[in-house]
Amino acid sequence: MSKNYNVIGQSKPKIDGPEKVTGGAKYTGDLKFPNMLHGKILTSPHAHARIISIDTSEAEKLPGVKAVITHKDVPTLKYGLSPARWDENIFCSEKTRFVGDKVAAVACLDEETCYKALKLIKVEYEVLPAVLDFLTAMDEGQPQVHEEYAKNINTEIHQEFGDCAKAFAEAYHVRTDTFIGQRTYQCPIEPHSAISMWDGGKLTIYSSTQSPHYFQHYIAREFGMDIGDVRVLKTFVGGGFGGKLEPTGLEFAGVVLAKLTSRPVRMFYDRAEMFAHNRGRHAQQMEITTGVDKDGKILVAHANFKMDGGAYTSLGIASAYYAGALLPMTYEFDNFKFDMFRVYTNLPACGAQRGHGAPQPKYAFESHLDNVAKDLGIDPMDIRIRNARRADTVTPNDFKINSCHMKECLERARIISGWDEKKKNKVPGRGIGVSTGSFVTGAGYPIYRTDMPHASAFIRVNEDGTAATLYTGSVDIGQGSDTVMCQMAAEAMGYRYEQMKIVASDTETTPLDFGAYASRQTYMSGTAVKLAGEEVKKQILDMASFMLSVPPEDLDCEDGIIFSKSREDKSVSFQEVARKHFVLRGPLLGKGVYTPPKLGGTFKGAAVGTSPAYSFGAQIGEVQIDAETGEISVLGIWDVHDCGKVINPRLLHGQVHGALFMGMGESVWEEVLFDDKGKIINPELANYKMLTAMDMPPIESEVIDSYEPTGPWGAKEVGEGSTNPTLGMFSNAIFDAMGVRVNSLPLTYEKVWRALKEKREREEAGEGA
Amino acid sequence: MSNVITDKDGVKRYLITLHVNGDEHTILVKGNTTLTNALRDQLDLTGTKRGCELGDCGSCTVLFDGRPINSCMKLAVEAEGHDIVTIEGVAANGELDAIQQSMINHAAVQCGYCTPGMVLSAKALLTRNPHPTEPEVREAIAGNLCRCTGYVHIVEAVLAASRGDLIPDDAKHTMAGGAK
Ligand code: FES
Ligand code: FES
Repeated sequence: MSKNYNVIGQSKPKIDGPEKVTGGAKYTGDLKFPNMLHGKILTSPHAHARIISIDTSEAEKLPGVKAVITHKDVPTLKYGLSPARWDENIFCSEKTRFVGDKVAAVACLDEETCYKALKLIKVEYEVLPAVLDFLTAMDEGQPQVHEEYAKNINTEIHQEFGDCAKAFAEAYHVRTDTFIGQRTYQCPIEPHSAISMWDGGKLTIYSSTQSPHYFQHYIAREFGMDIGDVRVLKTFVGGGFGGKLEPTGLEFAGVVLAKLTSRPVRMFYDRAEMFAHNRGRHAQQMEITTGVDKDGKILVAHANFKMDGGAYTSLGIASAYYAGALLPMTYEFDNFKFDMFRVYTNLPACGAQRGHGAPQPKYAFESHLDNVAKDLGIDPMDIRIRNARRADTVTPNDFKINSCHMKECLERARIISGWDEKKKNKVPGRGIGVSTGSFVTGAGYPIYRTDMPHASAFIRVNEDGTAATLYTGSVDIGQGSDTVMCQMAAEAMGYRYEQMKIVASDTETTPLDFGAYASRQTYMSGTAVKLAGEEVKKQILDMASFMLSVPPEDLDCEDGIIFSKSREDKSVSFQEVARKHFVLRGPLLGKGVYTPPKLGGTFKGAAVGTSPAYSFGAQIGEVQIDAETGEISVLGIWDVHDCGKVINPRLLHGQVHGALFMGMGESVWEEVLFDDKGKIINPELANYKMLTAMDMPPIESEVIDSYEPTGPWGAKEVGEGSTNPTLGMFSNAIFDAMGVRVNSLPLTYEKVWRALKEKREREEAGEGA
Repeated sequence: MSNVITDKDGVKRYLITLHVNGDEHTILVKGNTTLTNALRDQLDLTGTKRGCELGDCGSCTVLFDGRPINSCMKLAVEAEGHDIVTIEGVAANGELDAIQQSMINHAAVQCGYCTPGMVLSAKALLTRNPHPTEPEVREAIAGNLCRCTGYVHIVEAVLAASRGDLIPDDAKHTMAGGAK
């Protein structure tokens, strides 16, 4: 790994930086098209209600209203993201299933008219009893959210690997804990927007999406169109975090409104509507039982979970599988049992939020592991190092691990946080906690079944060689993939980053790529880009060989200069050779594709959690608790990651910071709250309690020198995995500070205060701690 | 006071003059038109973002007589006679402000949706307090929510801009364990 690189491994400034700091960057909601209309969706005010009638006549009469549509005007084909269960309609026809379920839509001359028109649509409902508690949703006598899915069961999983009964019987210590994780919401700062327009039989949609490809696929399917007649593209996207992965009513209704009016229609969600659309993190109940030997070595684990899916499947089947699949990653044990019910409720649907199904189960497992360590009198750091996964191992559920520096991450975090010192000299009210995480570097299988490659790219060198344009379907939603892809293209070509241009995320001009989810792009899209760059380089060396009369094997190209490896006098600029190439041989193009190898086992659900590579990381956090108020001050966070070769260090650490920020919010502050009718009571950023700059502690982020043999230049993921340890880390730091455990997220001041009060009362009653 | 015109439906329209980024614009707005929407829809200054329209997120921050305000909480008619600077006015002649350059160099921009507001809040801070402490920076941008960065690089970038040293010291971010 002593190889020197010219472009990768450096904190190149973001390619879109100047546009973004000057306000020039256009997001979907900033775009205007001639003759454009504005659209909005009418949603259900009831969690569960039968639709008796819909009268749109008053709305249609309002000046400025151009179209009003209901279920009668749209295809009835059900859609969703997980093909295993499509259960959502563009508009509800019989009944609505959550507050915010889609009922009708309007297209008008301006936004204000849209709001007025929505008020004029008269919907008569018969309010039905609703399922609001996921823990009782499967009970006898509960209302049915979907008639066809008995007992409100959406997904049921029972997996066992190894011989769990035997391992439990042989364990020195067996312990069970139960934890609750809350519903959170991704909260990108840019609200969703979509602009749909038709040109004859061709449909174009601009959307704030994480995956133009999946949108294209699902829109074409819904409207019975050829994929080639649907163009989906994005401009800039203001964050996604999983919330912009699937088409929404904005796209589906917009398509129909644009067709009916023959005009472009721009649809948007306001902040409250975003919360209602949701697809955030599932609330779940997590019972964890492990059996360990007397040194704390984990022999067996049983995860018994229940998840609140909300009213529709979304990507939730995958979330349910992920919840268990990624549990045996950071620690080695051979026996693992996973039981899960994902149930329907009359609440907004849940989906994939940063880290997908993994952060809450990780919280439960890591909290539980500290309880076990305490039972055995082992330091939480030691029990983790003792169990830490090693490179070149296989998990009980058949995931092959190549590079893995779990132990080194823990050891390094131990040093930089001053763990041993802090453990030795305990300050009252202060606590320190550790936790680990791991995540897929892209999913091994696509969301819908297809044999298409997962990523592809091509590069066109400009005719005179002064620039090269990378065409990729990968999607920059803020994480910086456009920058990283251009760095990788330049490195592979032997070109300069500063001369790279990029066209990305447009299904018409860029080749297929599944998009920004499952932390896949640096690795998967990056591999395709690397191959494309290498193909360019091969041709340029070949041309240079002809020009310099030097065999191509003796030539190399770095930083825009082609040179002979043996003779110092022989060199020529990339630019000159590229120009010559165009004159003599035509366009200089390179292409690359990436398809993962066949991965995983053969059991039911074996595909979820497979990945060509996995990241690992450890986090330590220190907190101070005010016993009077329960207030939690975060004194510092230390993150050490094994994410393979780093392509752009600053962007990478930015991912860690952002993931930690989100995880920290979820740990103590953030929660989507509902009233007793299923209506969200805090659909505002302030009341949802998103953290501000004043709330953030000092963060130290480091990486371990690591190389993933299958990744482009050794790279693997960082963006999502960094959220995985955070919740457990806070839980353990707070536990260390208080000596008692709060068993549900978020670990609010009130819960902490109450736990401390109860502890005091127990102590006063003489029962001891 | 602005001219008022009543349309055929009895809705009042106000003819107002806005001073934005040194330019004068005379436009017709309704009484309920927010400054955000007037800037975006009528002047095409879409660098002023809408993130919540409730005063929570700060994406719509503009400088109002030099002070950062949430333009979604201000009516266009109230803005008449005031000096407004939007993000488009910060690098008016193509030359980036130190804060903008520092934000790029420090990778303080991810999705960029909060960035215009961040830049303007930071600009207002450095104008009134050229050498702020870190807590002062954090306080100045506390009304600007960012979901991407954890504010780490943003705070670094603003502090660096205040010191006039725009190139980050990347030693902090190199490999751990003395590897490189
Ligand atoms: S849009 Fe004005 S504060 Fe959020
Ligand atoms: S960079 Fe995305 S919200 Fe701040």
